[in-house]
Amino acid sequence: MAESAKPVPADLLPAYPSPLREFWLSFRVNRGATVALFYFILLVVAALFAPLIAPHLPAEQFRDALLAPPAWSEGGSWQFILGTDEVGRDILSRLLHGARLSLMIGSVSVLLSLIPGVALGLVAAFYPGAVGTAIMRVMDIMLALPSLLLAIAIVAVLGPGLGNTVLAIAIVGLPSYVRLARGSAMTELHRDYVVASRLAGASQLRLMFNTVLPNCMAPLIVQATLGFSSAILDAAALGFLGLGAPPPLPEWGTMLATARDYIQSAWWVVTMPGLAILITVLALNLMGDGLRDALDPKLKKG
Amino acid sequence: MSLLHIQNLSVSFGAFRAVNHVSFDVNRGEILGIVGESGSGKSVTMLALMGLIDAPGVVSADALGFDGQDLLHASNAQKRKIIGRDVAMIFQDALSSLNPAYTVGAQLMETLKLHLKLSGAAAKKRALDLLDMVEIPDARARLAAYPHQLSGGMSQRVMIAMAIACNPKLLIADEPTTALDVTVQAQIMALLVNLQKQNDMGLILITHDLAVIAEVAHRVAVMYAGEVVETSPVPDIFNTPRHPYTQALLTSIPEHSKGAARLATLPGVVPGQYDRPRGCLLSPRCPYVQPRCVDEHPDLYTTPGGTARCFFALDDGGRPSHG
Amino acid sequence: MFTFILRRLAVVIPTFLGITLLAFALIHMIPGDPVLIMVGERKLDPEFYKAAMARLGLDQPLYLQYWHYLTGMLHGDLGQSIVTQEPVMSEFLKLFPATLELSICAMLFATVFGLAAGIVAATRRGTVLDHTVMGAALTGYSMPIFWWGLILIIFFSVNLGWTPVSGRIDLQYDIAPRTGLMLIDTLLSGEEGAFKSAVMHLILPSIVLGTIPLAVIARMTRSSMLEVLREDYIRTARAKGLSRTRVVLVHALRNALMPVVTVIGLQVGTLLAGAVLTETIFSWPGIGKWLIDSISRRDYPVVQGGILLVATLIIVVNLLVDVLYGVINPRIRHAR
Repeated sequence: MAESAKPVPADLLPAYPSPLREFWLSFRVNRGATVALFYFILLVVAALFAPLIAPHLPAEQFRDALLAPPAWSEGGSWQFILGTDEVGRDILSRLLHGARLSLMIGSVSVLLSLIPGVALGLVAAFYPGAVGTAIMRVMDIMLALPSLLLAIAIVAVLGPGLGNTVLAIAIVGLPSYVRLARGSAMTELHRDYVVASRLAGASQLRLMFNTVLPNCMAPLIVQATLGFSSAILDAAALGFLGLGAPPPLPEWGTMLATARDYIQSAWWVVTMPGLAILITVLALNLMGDGLRDALDPKLKKG
Repeated sequence: MSLLHIQNLSVSFGAFRAVNHVSFDVNRGEILGIVGESGSGKSVTMLALMGLIDAPGVVSADALGFDGQDLLHASNAQKRKIIGRDVAMIFQDALSSLNPAYTVGAQLMETLKLHLKLSGAAAKKRALDLLDMVEIPDARARLAAYPHQLSGGMSQRVMIAMAIACNPKLLIADEPTTALDVTVQAQIMALLVNLQKQNDMGLILITHDLAVIAEVAHRVAVMYAGEVVETSPVPDIFNTPRHPYTQALLTSIPEHSKGAARLATLPGVVPGQYDRPRGCLLSPRCPYVQPRCVDEHPDLYTTPGGTARCFFALDDGGRPSHG
Repeated sequence: MFTFILRRLAVVIPTFLGITLLAFALIHMIPGDPVLIMVGERKLDPEFYKAAMARLGLDQPLYLQYWHYLTGMLHGDLGQSIVTQEPVMSEFLKLFPATLELSICAMLFATVFGLAAGIVAATRRGTVLDHTVMGAALTGYSMPIFWWGLILIIFFSVNLGWTPVSGRIDLQYDIAPRTGLMLIDTLLSGEEGAFKSAVMHLILPSIVLGTIPLAVIARMTRSSMLEVLREDYIRTARAKGLSRTRVVLVHALRNALMPVVTVIGLQVGTLLAGAVLTETIFSWPGIGKWLIDSISRRDYPVVQGGILLVATLIIVVNLLVDVLYGVINPRIRHAR
């Protein structure tokens, strides 16, 4: 079991039980995480095919149906299943298109912080002297501010907008990947297989990315999932504060910013985008918990 | 009338019977030794007696009497008045058995406040006396010490002081010296026996050190796989063991000297949760096994000195009685 | 104990210097010329421009600018607001009590209910109650609190009419700020109904701001409790004949609290970030709303100074938590 060839790429050894299958078997045990995974897949599909699925265009304004309530409540119609907003746009269509934005913000910002974060973390682990200390000190400073505040500060400098939101969230997420990558690389560095590889004359770069990195992936994947959820949450918060994706983009947080004026009259305008955020973030957190348990039993307590 | 009377005590965790129909008595001033391999149910029996078995564990018994009181039908609140005051227990790993967040003094005085309603100066005085009693030097300073500042032997002395704080009638010592250095082991054991004599306590001494039993115990109960397999007065059990398991225990220890019981003379291990045999639990390992032993579960039968759970209890020459 | 604090300080000071550098860099990274931004669209004569640059010290080399910034800061000078012309520091001090009051109430709410939920879940491990509490905790942890606030307003303020929607107190009361904490000031003022009004205004914002810390504390308390309840000394405590409640609350909780206190300390950051959102929703006149308003007004000195002050606050609180940690955990206090 344990020696099912961790460091060897799976495609070279077709005879072994696929690591993916092994992972799935242990992931499946966690019911919450499985449900969350199916929701997430559904969300991705919905986002990908939003133009096909959505009943209306996200920016299309139905002047004769301003603030129409959802289909199931009094005065609602099936034309606008989740109702319309203050300028007559279909909320369901906006949410579906908003899913594209949220998933895009999440994935791009995670990639933008994961890749440099891992690189910096590995460098800090391989050169624990001045370079490593300097990197970690800078990360400590970044961690002194809570992520949302740092993101706000960055957006304040760069100016509001979708691109700057992604960038700010990516910068904010950086320290956690650096710390994680450095931490797990440090423990791996003392293992015999790394020493062996080093003695065999592997270059420093090869050691970093081919030898050590694959063995640090489990915690990084978990962190990426959780990073994805906080990216969506922070992006929505920035949008809500008017610092994120500008209207009329159907970003979920931005939709809420304008919805505030209708809390007295049209609850659905407020409720729907928030529910979308909550359920998506909850699903990602559930998946993160499930991944952590499935990928690495050692991490269970963390 | 005996101080402690246990009749048919069983503890099960789901389908697993960790303790099965255990019965024994302890008299005032008596030292009862309980021996057996790890996993034989010695500690679980004592925890059940103290009411420390949590769900999913289930405790049942036909009778559970202590000093004229019925522990079996007592409410939790009634039991807590007895537990810690009249029945006290000390454990194997003293260091981890003390709460790291409180001083020695606070933990000692907690018992005094709870059961003896002592407070302030009176509690402190009693605590100092107790530390003196367990021969801890510089007792006053130790009151303010935290457990991590004590050695293993010192921690066990503190545990003993806590246990005897309310002059208990019965003290249960669960392998009190196993975790200690050899030199300290002897000191702690001497202290325990000394206190037992002074206070005329009943003492249940759980151990797998037969040398200790030979030295201090009056009577001994041997446990195997959750059952009592033999009870006997102390000198007799070393001369004329009646149960094959007891015999094996004794012969596995060269010259009855110290050392953990490793049963070199019996092949196999104590049966676990799923492989308990139908008949006598020892039958797969017993050198004298008979067809009846495999089919039928033996009761505890009276022997010349005590009892033994064997159809063919050994005679004075150590031979099975079927031969 | 004293050396313990000194050791902590040695770690904190470089971080603090880094923060000042970051805040200093912030204003220099803003695209465009600060003076031009301040003046805005108006036409600018070169003389005025030069004078403004000199007044702001922007004509000096960067390292000198940083030095002046740093020494000024240590004297409490963080520049002044472009909009109000007031020193940043005095604006901060004026608004900070509102945020402090809200944060304390939110943290009290989160700690009391978080600890209770965590303890209950741990002692009833595996039951429906445990699963419900932990499910709720994960939901709270995933909560977009700016939406949560709006939902609570819809329910409690709009539908039920129980709580006010915004502000710290009803407009009819004119409370002289003495401590800046409305709860205390209303009591001191002796005005009838003022205290009740202040309390009513605090309820929803405290719940909203406390939701995520509550969830984090509940999860941490549960896992820490479960670990501690398995310890040998819990068995000892029970063998003493102590009641179940005393075993859990005195013997287990004290030890389980150590990681929880750290987590509570870490929540201060979450709290201040959450304050930005909560204060925006409830029009709460604190530093969170002040920061956001300043950003939209492009009042950069305020943004710079505000962020620096908030970061400093977080560092100081984390330092205090470290010290507190040493107080409840004797092993750390005695280490080395």
